[in-house]
Amino acid sequence: MLLQGLAFYLLAATAVIGALLVVTARNPVHSVLWLILAFFSSAGLFVLLGAEFLAMLLVVVYVGAVAVLFLFVVMMLDVDFVRLREGFARYLPLAIIIAGVLLAEMIMISLVVVSGGAAADATGPVAATSEMSNVEAIGRVLYTDYVYFFQAAGIVLLIAMIGAIVLTLRHKPHVKRQDVVRQVGRDAKTAMEVKSVPTGAGVTPEDLV
Amino acid sequence: MVVTLQHYLAVAAILFTIGVFGIFVNRKNVIIILMSIELILLAVNINFVAFSSYLNEVSGQVMAMFVLTVAAAEAAVGLAILVTFFRNRGDIAVDDASVMKG
Repeated sequence: MLLQGLAFYLLAATAVIGALLVVTARNPVHSVLWLILAFFSSAGLFVLLGAEFLAMLLVVVYVGAVAVLFLFVVMMLDVDFVRLREGFARYLPLAIIIAGVLLAEMIMISLVVVSGGAAADATGPVAATSEMSNVEAIGRVLYTDYVYFFQAAGIVLLIAMIGAIVLTLRHKPHVKRQDVVRQVGRDAKTAMEVKSVPTGAGVTPEDLV
Repeated sequence: MVVTLQHYLAVAAILFTIGVFGIFVNRKNVIIILMSIELILLAVNINFVAFSSYLNEVSGQVMAMFVLTVAAAEAAVGLAILVTFFRNRGDIAVDDASVMKG
């Protein structure tokens, strides 16, 4: 129990510090790296909660895909990041007030939920039993009760993929591209032209165009 | 040092608040705003998984998976819009983007 508590406080503190540095770092590249740290520590919290599959999913999806995508975009765009920070000090007081109110409200609500609300009879975190692992437990629910939601999630990802491709695909003018229909539809009549050249006159390059 | 459900809910609340805070203080930098939204969704996920674990009900983790899916799709489309926006304007300061008078 002591070790569990130590691990929780360490991971929670790392996640919170990482998240704070995400929003306050001067350089967006550093922000992305702190974001990766925050996600990693949150994956550790998931492991403590007995949700190993989701922890690995978090590492693969967020650290492996989303964070790298962010890093790509931040490094690809040539942006003056100093100018983008101009309003930081101006909005700081308002942001602190709103964040403080929000935090107090959420902590109070969670206190009520835990002490007398829906989660009053919460037991300790449930680790995987020997007869059913965490992955199996998720799979048994996901592919039966939530199978339509699962399909819908796949469609969401497909549409997001198509949307991202359509948004970023760009045809540059003056670049020769392969046109398969034209290429296949060519025949001898359209592909070449026979010019009759008078004997002894020769041809100049302008005649051939 | 017994870790209760309350501890996890507090961590999630703090992460959520930091995400909202980030949106407020970085109003011009749309990349940081997108990262703040990711933080908010992460806080939601921690709540889902904590409740799922302490109430011994695995469907909370399934919900967290769906949130993860939507977050990944949102990040992909958001960054694609960002790249297109940068190509059109040569900058990503979102407070200039008032063409739609929103």
